[in-house]
Amino acid sequence: MTVRTAELLMAIVMGAFSIYLMVKSTELPIGWIKGSGPGGGTWPFWLSTIMLICCGGILFNWFRKHGAIATSTKVYIQQHVLVDVAAVAGSLVVTVALFSFIGVYGALPLFLVFYLRFMGKHTWRLTAILAVAIPVVTFYFFEITLKIILPKGITEPLFYPLYKLLM
Amino acid sequence: MLDILVSLGQGFTVVFEPLNFGLIILGCTLGLFIGAMPGLGSVNGVAILLPLTFLVPPTGAIIFLAAIYYGAMYGGAISSIMLGIPGASTAVATTFDGRPLAKQGMADKALIGAAVASFVGGSISVLLFTFFAPPLAHVALVFGAPEEFALMMLAFATFVGLGGDDIFKTLFSICIGLVLSAVGFDIISGEPRLVLWDITGFLHGVNFLVLAIGIYGIGEMLWTVEEHALGGGKSMLSSATVTVQRTLVALKEILVTWKATVMGSFLGYFVGILPAAGATPGSLMAYGIAKQISRDPDKFGKGALEGVCAPEAANNAASTGSMLPMLTLGIPGSPTTAILLGGMVIWGLEPGPRLFVDHSEFVWGLIASLYAANLFAVLINIAFIPVFIKVLKTPFTILAPIIFTLCLIGGYAPTEDMHDVWLMLVFGIVGYLMRKLDYPLAPAVLAIVLGPLAEPAMRQSLIISDGEFSIFFTRTYAGPIMVAALILLFLPLFKLVFNMIRKPGVAEQ
Repeated sequence: MTVRTAELLMAIVMGAFSIYLMVKSTELPIGWIKGSGPGGGTWPFWLSTIMLICCGGILFNWFRKHGAIATSTKVYIQQHVLVDVAAVAGSLVVTVALFSFIGVYGALPLFLVFYLRFMGKHTWRLTAILAVAIPVVTFYFFEITLKIILPKGITEPLFYPLYKLLM
Repeated sequence: MLDILVSLGQGFTVVFEPLNFGLIILGCTLGLFIGAMPGLGSVNGVAILLPLTFLVPPTGAIIFLAAIYYGAMYGGAISSIMLGIPGASTAVATTFDGRPLAKQGMADKALIGAAVASFVGGSISVLLFTFFAPPLAHVALVFGAPEEFALMMLAFATFVGLGGDDIFKTLFSICIGLVLSAVGFDIISGEPRLVLWDITGFLHGVNFLVLAIGIYGIGEMLWTVEEHALGGGKSMLSSATVTVQRTLVALKEILVTWKATVMGSFLGYFVGILPAAGATPGSLMAYGIAKQISRDPDKFGKGALEGVCAPEAANNAASTGSMLPMLTLGIPGSPTTAILLGGMVIWGLEPGPRLFVDHSEFVWGLIASLYAANLFAVLINIAFIPVFIKVLKTPFTILAPIIFTLCLIGGYAPTEDMHDVWLMLVFGIVGYLMRKLDYPLAPAVLAIVLGPLAEPAMRQSLIISDGEFSIFFTRTYAGPIMVAALILLFLPLFKLVFNMIRKPGVAEQ
């Protein structure tokens, strides 16, 4: 896909999103309410309208081939870049999905092993040290110091004795 | 004048509290590291580390983040000089002459020059800040809702008029930030609003940190992953020999560049005040002017020390400048200060001119901390140059998973809701795809922070005037501010028409 095609697709998607926001804004009044001023939907409605107009402007420039992006025939994301970026983004999505099932302390080490060992090609020793150290530091800082309880999923019962001991 | 000095003295008592003092040193050191890492700048550091500040009181939190901001401005020069890759966009101009100097075996001179110039830039700008801020805040005390709204329009208009990006994309970015800030509940009627796809997670709104960490954490890292995949970041690391004797010799040469450094400091400060401008254009402009006023302009680009000092003084001064509208008017002067402003709301402080009256300890503590941070940053920078150079050798694949971990947990921490972590990932990935198409994203971050302030200001103004928009143009302060905003907003159009009249066909190019 070229940059020019990506520009078109992005403008269409964002235009559609703007229309959705406009429609959603009308769930609250968008006109003037006597005694209480503009309705709750007025502000987002008109802003989404401007967003839609902007997408129209981007499309207008696309059709008349105006600007560096609208005329660029370069590849939007090169194949090998896409592999790397998709691997990183995909691993983040999987990690976040796993937060709710096996908890932060199950998912984080898996993510760290994947990134350090398979993306970074670091030694197993370094990978193991960081895959253990980072979640431990996270636990101490966020859960013990800041008292922010992170999602644990099915691993929650394992932490009860630890909480009793440290908190 | 005396009032200012007394308040500043009180600010220093806040700074010298052991916790705050420690936070300044920690912040400066972290900032220097963050700034030195290619791809990461102050805005990334402040966005990613803000959730960590929930631990300390608001004054300590802002002092810590401001120290990171300052440290990062110093640190940006290190990778610009040693690797030829700007540590942050604000240090782009430093590569022009810093890199040639390093290649000629004078990396130490460039590094010390950058540190000293940053110190001068920081000192001059903090002095200007100390004496400009209180009178400005005093004037702003009479501002009501129409003036506040006009000021915010002016902030947004600077992005359109001076930002230099595609106008449609800039406006889109501003509006999407404002709409996202409207998600949740209507502040006046209390009814649910924009609960997108009826997902209940949207009921508590879109936290600005979710967007900021998404864009500046996840999105920025994806961008860096791409640059690495394209073969970037493999530049040769120069070596630097730092000895006391060489430092003294370097300092003598650096003193000669005082004109460029002082010019950069003043220019950076005033450019930094404008929301759309800030440290990057400030430092580029300082570089350009330093070249023009130099006795030996041909040396620029080949290793002129003035070419390092002027932009470095400017980017530090700009970072202080951008805090002026943040503290006095409640309008951030840069994406980093936008995040600081959002932080202030989280800490329960209401941004605006009343901060100087209602929370003087907070304000003056911050101002005094800038003096201290400036001093510590230069000392830590020069003393630990070899350590920072070693940091540059840390492989990206070790840093990246640590930063991603901080982002994921940081996205969860403010609301403790998994919905926000998902949203942050979406913002990061979509933000990355949009950035590749030159959509400016800083205006969206500024807008999501200002949105919850802008909407009530507009609605209250219209209630006062019974729906008449003329209220924004007829009041003493709101009128000129709104006219300035409109001029900036239509500046690109004026330019287009002017070009068409002057030279038919030019506008099409």
